[in-house]
Amino acid sequence: MNSRKYLVLAGITLFGTAGDSLLSRGMKELGGISLRHLSGLLLAILNPWVMAGILLLLGFFACYLSALSWADLTYVLPATSLGYVLVALIGHFIFHEVISSTRWLGITLIAAGVGFVAAGPSLTFRREGHKDRDVTPSAISEGVKP
Amino acid sequence: MTELYAWAAIGLVIVASTTGDVLLAYAMKRVGDVGEIWQRGGALAVVGRVLTTPTFALGVIAMGIAFYSLLFGLSWGNLSLVVPAAASLTFVTNAIAARIFLHERVGRQRWIAVLLVAAGVVLMAL
Repeated sequence: MNSRKYLVLAGITLFGTAGDSLLSRGMKELGGISLRHLSGLLLAILNPWVMAGILLLLGFFACYLSALSWADLTYVLPATSLGYVLVALIGHFIFHEVISSTRWLGITLIAAGVGFVAAGPSLTFRREGHKDRDVTPSAISEGVKP
Repeated sequence: MTELYAWAAIGLVIVASTTGDVLLAYAMKRVGDVGEIWQRGGALAVVGRVLTTPTFALGVIAMGIAFYSLLFGLSWGNLSLVVPAAASLTFVTNAIAARIFLHERVGRQRWIAVLLVAAGVVLMAL
């Protein structure tokens, strides 16, 4: 793991969080979309908040794909779940959504889970045809492919 | 009724995005480290390599279904419930799917992480 890779993981968290928040702002503006008027979902893209949210989520997607090219899915996903903690905080402080104490505890547990994964290796899978070659723990933690 | 719509959307997001995540992770492992490809052949080489990987398209379709389900859910439920519930439950199903289909070594640390996140999600839904 070098600094460029940590930047990509930070990009996942920040772009994902900002994108989701803008989408929420836009969808709240449009109101509830009923099952009988699904065309409303297509028109939702024309809302400027939704459009900006989609652009940021494209940035998220680029970072996410890049990370998946050199790290495990189970390593990258916690980086995205850190974003959910951020989303809840934004929902609370900017959109004034009420967060109960049990929900705060949930946020804490998710953050702890992220810490557990981040402390471990970023890549554990073995490529086909290399199954008999052993990977040293140090090589794994450096993110070196077997 | 509003709550039912929100949870139906959450369920759809979980199924679609687990499928999408596994397909995309599989595709990107076949592509290889995009940072290295970028240094050797530039941005176009990366884009070309990714777009010509067949499982990538399937993954994007599944993610598209997940994305529209999320939009639907966001219009009915609170941001601080819909997003964490859908995406963190997906984290649990993804850990199981990654072990089975991607042969990732999900060790003790990662299972503890999965359980912590699962417990966190249950608390957030209370």
